[in-house]
Amino acid sequence: MRLAQCFAIENDLIHADAIEASEFPDLSARYHVYAVPRTVINGEGFIEGSLPEDFFLDAVLKAVSPETQDGEAL
Amino acid sequence: MGLIGDEDAVEIRERLKEMVDPVRLIHFTQELNLEYGREAKQLLEEVASLSEKLTLEVYNFLLDKEKVAEYGVDKVPGTAIRNSKDYGIKFYGIPAGYEFSTLLDAILDVSKGDSGLKPESREKLAAVTQPIHLEVFVTPT
Repeated sequence: MRLAQCFAIENDLIHADAIEASEFPDLSARYHVYAVPRTVINGEGFIEGSLPEDFFLDAVLKAVSPETQDGEAL
Repeated sequence: MGLIGDEDAVEIRERLKEMVDPVRLIHFTQELNLEYGREAKQLLEEVASLSEKLTLEVYNFLLDKEKVAEYGVDKVPGTAIRNSKDYGIKFYGIPAGYEFSTLLDAILDVSKGDSGLKPESREKLAAVTQPIHLEVFVTPT
């Protein structure tokens, strides 16, 4: 959660919520949270576990940039 | 009896001395229906009492609809952490155990208005032009 918060501080377009999975079982079920931490990005993308700053940021940016996914030419 | 022990309170008070700008904890509760609501509020009250730069505002999720809309809280217990600016940082549920430390980090980061991230990360984040909503699911243990 620390990194997500830091990202939110850097850019106003980024919002970060920490959610206690056990207190919100319906939401956790909807997002298939079986292990924590699990980060849900714009309700669609996922990141499992804790990652170092560079990897977490790249994973977040990749999740919101569909044009760079699916092996499209860079 | 308090949720924060005396020794912990001393330690937390010391950490909060790093605060720069005042921070507001804006808490939404709905105590009648949620077993966690009361404890979350009590924990935040105790934290807020440990620094003069911390204030706690409590609203009712069902009754204070304007505030719910203003802070974009969509479930309870929910707490927005902000200084004069809203960075879009919220905690849903009781920030206990390991997450309590994350709450303190959030308070300090927001108070300083500085993420502490590497310059390369800051550059990449500054280039983001679309809304990103990160929901980090955690547990207290």
